[in-house]
Amino acid sequence: MLQMKTHYPDAHRVEPVNRHTLAVVVDNEPGVLARIAGLFSGRGYNIESLTVTETEHEAHISRITIVTTGTDSIIQQIKSQLERLVPVHRVVDLTLTGEAVERELCLVKVVGKGDHRVEAMRLASAFGARTLDATLTSFVYELTGTTDEVERFIKLMMAVGLVEVSRTGVAAMARGAEGIM
Amino acid sequence: MSETMTGAEMVIRALQDQGVEHVFGYPGGAVLPIYDALFHQDKVRHVLVRHEQGAVHAAEGYARASGKPGVVLVTSGPGATNAITGLADAMMDSIPLVCITGQVPTHLIGSDAFQECDTVGITRHCTKHNYLVKSIEDLPRILHEAFYVAQNGRPGPVVVDLPKDIQFKAGSYVRPLSNQHKTYRPTVKGDMDHIRAAIELMANAKRPVFYTGGGVINSGPHASALLRELVQLTGFPITSTLMGLGAYPASDRQWLGMLGMHGTYEANLAMHECDVMINIGARFDDRITGRLDAFSPFSKRIHVDIDPSSINKTVKVDIPIVGDCAHVLEDMVRLWRQGAKQADKVDLQEWWSKIEGWRARNCLAFKNSKETIKPQYAIQRLYELTKDRSPYITTEVGQHQMWAAQYFKFEDPNHWMTSGGHGTMGYGLPAAVGAQLAHPNSLVIDIAGEASIQMMLQEMSTALQYNLPVKVFILNNEYMGMVRQWQELLHGGRYSQSYSESLPDFVKLAEAYGAVGIRCDDPSDLDARIMEMISVNRPVIFDCIVDKTENCFPMIPSGKAHNEMLLNDYLGETGADIGSVIDEKGKMLV
Repeated sequence: MLQMKTHYPDAHRVEPVNRHTLAVVVDNEPGVLARIAGLFSGRGYNIESLTVTETEHEAHISRITIVTTGTDSIIQQIKSQLERLVPVHRVVDLTLTGEAVERELCLVKVVGKGDHRVEAMRLASAFGARTLDATLTSFVYELTGTTDEVERFIKLMMAVGLVEVSRTGVAAMARGAEGIM
Repeated sequence: MSETMTGAEMVIRALQDQGVEHVFGYPGGAVLPIYDALFHQDKVRHVLVRHEQGAVHAAEGYARASGKPGVVLVTSGPGATNAITGLADAMMDSIPLVCITGQVPTHLIGSDAFQECDTVGITRHCTKHNYLVKSIEDLPRILHEAFYVAQNGRPGPVVVDLPKDIQFKAGSYVRPLSNQHKTYRPTVKGDMDHIRAAIELMANAKRPVFYTGGGVINSGPHASALLRELVQLTGFPITSTLMGLGAYPASDRQWLGMLGMHGTYEANLAMHECDVMINIGARFDDRITGRLDAFSPFSKRIHVDIDPSSINKTVKVDIPIVGDCAHVLEDMVRLWRQGAKQADKVDLQEWWSKIEGWRARNCLAFKNSKETIKPQYAIQRLYELTKDRSPYITTEVGQHQMWAAQYFKFEDPNHWMTSGGHGTMGYGLPAAVGAQLAHPNSLVIDIAGEASIQMMLQEMSTALQYNLPVKVFILNNEYMGMVRQWQELLHGGRYSQSYSESLPDFVKLAEAYGAVGIRCDDPSDLDARIMEMISVNRPVIFDCIVDKTENCFPMIPSGKAHNEMLLNDYLGETGADIGSVIDEKGKMLV
C-alpha cells in the first residue's frame, strides 16, 4: 500500500500499487527508446525492467516489454501516455489479459573453492541452470525463469561466491491462441 | 509524379503544397540552403523575427488567429535552443506548429561541431513529435507527416531537424497521396453509447454546468457554433477556461465568465455546486480545479477530449468521451433534439436563480479612482472603445493577463491569444505580430505589463519592418504584479526583486523603433488616448500608468477550494493584512 502522490494537502487517498507488464509495439525508428524511457522519467513513473529488440526486421517493428508499478489510475495514465506517442502501434497490458508467460535470463559468475564450489554446483543443478563456463576457481551459469526465480537464484548464489550478475529484463507473452500483432 | 530537386527546395515545395503562406524565422549557417531556396520563389513569405523565441510565438499567434498551422524556420545550435521556450509553450497549449531546424552535416553529428546541439534530444520533451532527417529519400514523407501530426489529434509542435548536407542533396520529391499515418490515427468520432449516456445524464440534471476549454477553439469555428447551439438548446449555464474564451459569446446571458484561480464568483460556485458537469475540450488544469479533493464534490462528470491521456488524469470522470469536440458536439446536438425528455424546467429555474444570486455579488466590481487609472478600468475602457472592431487580443503573462481575461469580453473564437499552460512572459508581442499577419486589416492589441513586454520587446522591430500596426497596451504598475501579489499573500509583503527598476521611457522607446509612443496617467484622459492609439495605422506602444498596488481578484488561494475564494472587498474598509489568508501547506504550492 502506497500513499497516492498529490501536491494538494490533506488528500489522503490510499490505493493499492500493482505490478504490470506492458508489451509496447513500436516502429523501430531512431530515438523511440529514448522517447519511451523519457516519458517514464519525465512523468515520474517507475520502470522495474525494460527489454527491447527488433522483432520484425522487414517491417522495422520492435517490441518493448516494460514492467512497471503503480496504482490503477497511474497504470491507465502510463498506457494512455504511451499510446499517444507517434511511433507506438499498440500497447497491451499483459497483466490484464490474464496470466502472461514471463521469462528473463540471467548470467551469474561465482568464484570459490571447496565447499562453496560444491554448493554452487548443487544449487545450479537444483534450479536447472546451465553451466556456460568453468575454470578451477569459477563458474558462469545461465538461468532462465520468472523474475522471482531469478531473484531467488541470485540471492542463494550470493552466499557461495557470486561476483557478477547480468540480466536481460523480462520478455513476456499472453497465453492462448491470440497474438497481439 | 516525382520531380528531382534539392532537399532545401523540397522544404519550400512542401510548404507550398501544404498551403503555407507565412514562415517565421531567422537565418544561420545550417539553414542557408533553405534560405536560398526561399529567395527563388514568392509563394511562401518569410517573416524575419529578431529572436527565435519570437519566431515560435509569432507562429503560435498566427496559428491561433488563423486556425492554420504555424511554421518556423531556424538554424542549428542557438537557433534551435532559443526556440525551445516557444515549443514548450505550444506543447502546453496544443498549438499546431511545424518547426524546421537546421543541423550540422550528418558526418559532423556527434562531434561537437560549431553550432551543433542534439536538437531532437532537447526538443523530445517539448514537442508532440520530432524527426532527424538522415537521408534525402525520407525528407518528403517526413515534411508532410510533420504537418499531419501537428494538426491531427490533439495539436502540437513538431520539429524537423534537417542536416545541411541533406539540404544540398538532390532527390525526388513526391507529394504523399494519402494522409493516413501508419501508427498515429487519433479517434475523432466519439463513442455513441457514451454520448447517449451523456445526453441522458444531462437531461436528468438539476444543476448542470458546461465547462469548456481550448479544445473547442482548436476544433475550429464549427465546434464553437455547435457549442452555442447546444448551450442554448439546453438552457444550461456555461463557463470556460482561459484557453477557451471566445468559444461562447461573453455577452450572452448564459455565460458565467471564466472559472478557476481568477475566475468569477458565479462560475466557480456553479462548478462547486453543480450536479452534472459537462467538460468539453478542457483538461482539469490545476489553475481550474484548485484543491483537488474538494473540487466539485457533488457532480457527475462528462469529459469530451481528443486526448485519451487527459481522461482521468487528475480528476475522475463518470462518462469519458474520446473524440474531436466538433464531432461529439454534433452528435450531442442531434441526440438532444431527438430526446423526448429534457431537463426539468423547474429545477433548472431554481439553479438559475441561485446563480443569479451569486452573479448579483458582482465579483468583478472594483473601487474606481479619479486620480489614478485602475488597471481594471483601463481594460474596461479598452474593451468598450474597441469592441466594435472585433479586435484580436494577445497578452503577456501576469496580472494584466488575468484582468484582460476578466474585463475584456470575447464574442468569437480565435480572437484571444494568451500563454495558458506554460505561462510564458514575452508571448504577447510576437503573438500579436503573427495575428496581425493573419488579419492584416484588423485591430490587434497586445495587452502587456511593463515587465513582460521587455522579454520580447525586440519584436517591435519586426512589426515595423512588415508594417504591422500592432498596439502594445502596457498596464504599467512598475511591478511584476503577479509576483508582487503573491509576495503580499505569502511572504509578508517582502517584495524581493519584483520591483521594475530602471524602466525605459516607453514613449521614447517606441519612437526609437519608429513606432508611436503614447503615455497616459490620468483617468479622465484615458478614452481620448485610447482613441488616439487605435486611430493610427502604425505600431503603437501605449504606456498606461496604473495603480501600483492593485491586486487581481477574485482569487482562489493555493490549496483552497472553489467555495473558498477571495473577493476584492474581503478586506473591508480597513484593508486588513492579507498575509494570513494562505496556510502553511498552501504556501508550498505554485
